[in-house]
Amino acid sequence: MRILTLIRQVLDAEESVRVRNGAVELEGSKLVMDTMDEYGVEEALRLREAGTEAEIVAVAVGPARSEEALRTALAMGADRGIHVVTDTALDAIALSAVMAQIAKAEGAELIFCGGQEADWDSQALGAATAERLGWPQATWTSALELKGTTLVGKHEADEGSESFEVALPAVVTTQQGLNEPRYPTLPNIMKSKKKEIRKETLEAYGVAPKVKVNGVEIQVKERLKKILDGKDAAGAAAQLVKMLREDAGVIA
Amino acid sequence: MILIVAEHANGKLSKSAYELATAARGLGRGDVAALVLGSGVASVAGAAALIADQVLVGDSAELAQYDAEIWSAAAAQIANEGEAEVVLIAGSRSGREYSPRVAVKLDAPLLEDVTSLKDEGGVLHAEHYTFLTRVTERVEAKAPVVVVTVKAGAFAPAEPGTVAAEQFDVDLELPKRRLVVTGSTKEKTGRIALAEADIVVSGGRGVGTPEGFVQLVEGLADQLGAAVGATRAVVDAGWRPYSEQVGQTGKTVQPKAYIAVGISGAVQHLSGMNKSKVIVAINKDGDAPIFKIADYGIVGDVKEIVPAMIQELRK
Repeated sequence: MRILTLIRQVLDAEESVRVRNGAVELEGSKLVMDTMDEYGVEEALRLREAGTEAEIVAVAVGPARSEEALRTALAMGADRGIHVVTDTALDAIALSAVMAQIAKAEGAELIFCGGQEADWDSQALGAATAERLGWPQATWTSALELKGTTLVGKHEADEGSESFEVALPAVVTTQQGLNEPRYPTLPNIMKSKKKEIRKETLEAYGVAPKVKVNGVEIQVKERLKKILDGKDAAGAAAQLVKMLREDAGVIA
Repeated sequence: MILIVAEHANGKLSKSAYELATAARGLGRGDVAALVLGSGVASVAGAAALIADQVLVGDSAELAQYDAEIWSAAAAQIANEGEAEVVLIAGSRSGREYSPRVAVKLDAPLLEDVTSLKDEGGVLHAEHYTFLTRVTERVEAKAPVVVVTVKAGAFAPAEPGTVAAEQFDVDLELPKRRLVVTGSTKEKTGRIALAEADIVVSGGRGVGTPEGFVQLVEGLADQLGAAVGATRAVVDAGWRPYSEQVGQTGKTVQPKAYIAVGISGAVQHLSGMNKSKVIVAINKDGDAPIFKIADYGIVGDVKEIVPAMIQELRK
C-alpha cells in the first residue's frame, strides 16, 4: 500500500508574528513542519510498524524552503518526498486539486493531512482532497488502526467523540492525541539526506488560486489589564465580581 | 438566492443558524433560503421559516445522523437547483468538515470561518483569522457561486420575524454512508454548549486536581450559567473530555466573558479564546501570559479566590 502524508511548512507556534507590506513576514523566523502534519507522518510509520506493508510518501507544495519540512518527514522515517515547487500561495480548495492528482498518479490508498494548519487556520485540505478523489474522510482522528482494508478509529464530532469504521481508500485528518510523534534520530537524519525528493512544477497541474488575499493585519484588542492582588481573597473576589457586574456588565 | 444550511441539535435550531441569517441579509442579494436536513425536523423547519424567505426541508431517516458526504451532496444539489450565488454554512466542526466538499462539487471558492462578509459589486469580501487566530486576513472571491463558513459568534443572531416563510420538501439524491459510526460518547452535562455560551469558565493545570476542576471551574460555571472549557494540558491528563478543550486543536470560542482559572496562557490555548469580548484571569503567577490579554484578573491562589467569588455571586 502507498500512503501519502501531506506536509506544510509553517511558522513555529512559539514564534511571534510580524506583518510587513501587507503579509506575514517569515524571513528570519523559525519555520517547521506543521505539528498537525507530524501526527500524520507518525501514524503512517506506526501502521507500517504494526505490520502493514507500506511505502510512505511525503508531499509538499510550496516554495524552495518547503524542502526542509519534507526532510523532517524523511528523517522521521518517510521513504521519499514529492515537492511541487512554487511561490504561488494556493488556498486549500486549489491545493487539493494538486494533492488529488498526485494521489492518483501514485496510486495512493491512504492520505494523512493535518486537521487544522497553523498558518492559514484552514481545515479544508483533507476534505477537499477526499472529495476530488471520490473518497470518504475521517476528520479530527484521535485513534486509528488498520484491520485488513478497514480503518477503525475514533474522532471528534460536534459534541463528543465517535468511533468509526471506514474502508480504504480514505483521507484521514489528524490532531493532537492521535500519537506522540518521534524525534528524528541522528542516524535517520543522515539517512534522510540520501532519500529522493522529486521536484515538480505547479504548471504541470494546471491549478490556480480561487481566493485572492488582499492583505493581513494584526488586530490587537486593547485589554484593560485591571489586575488585582489576591492576598485578601475575599476582598479581591468581591471587587472582581463588582467590576464584572458594574463596569463590564457581563454577569447578572 | 443565498442558501443557508441551518444547523440544529436536540430539536432546536442552533444559534449559528440565526447568525447565518444575519450574514446572509447583510449581503443584500435577494432571497434567503434555509436548508434544513434531518429526520423529524418539522419544528426546526418552523423556526427556520421565521428567519428565511423560504425553507427547503430534507426530512428522511437517512438524514437522521450527520455525514460529510451526505450533507455535502444535499447542500450542493440544492445550491445547483436553486442557482445559489452564496452558500453559507456554520463554522462548526461538522460545517467546516463538509463545506470543502460542497465547494469542490460546485467548483466554487471556499471562504473559511469568516468574521465579516460583504458584497462589493459582485465580489465577496471577507475577513478571517490566520496564524492561530493572531492575524486577520482580508480575502475576496468572485465566482458564480461561493461557499462560506461563518465563525460562531461573529454575527449577531437574527431576530425571528412574525410571518412564517413557505416550506418546501425537497427530493435529495443522497450517496451511501461510507464512514460508519459505531459508537459515540456524547457528553450530556446539562450545561450550555461552548459555542453558544455568553460566559465560558475554563480551567487549566493550576486548579490542581480533577476534583479541584469540578469544585472550582464547574462550581463557578454553574453559578454563572456558563459553559465549561479546559486547556489541552488538562485534557491530555485525562481530567476532562476533549469536547471541552479550547484552543488550536480544540474549540474556538468568542463569548462575552471568558474566565480563565489556573491557566497560564500557552499560544495554542490563546488562539481559541483571544477574541473573547472580556477576558478574566485568575492565576497565582502574575507573570503568566494570560494576564497580558486579560481585562480583569486576580493574582492569587485559585483555591481561595474562586470559592470566594462563588460566595460573592450567591449574595
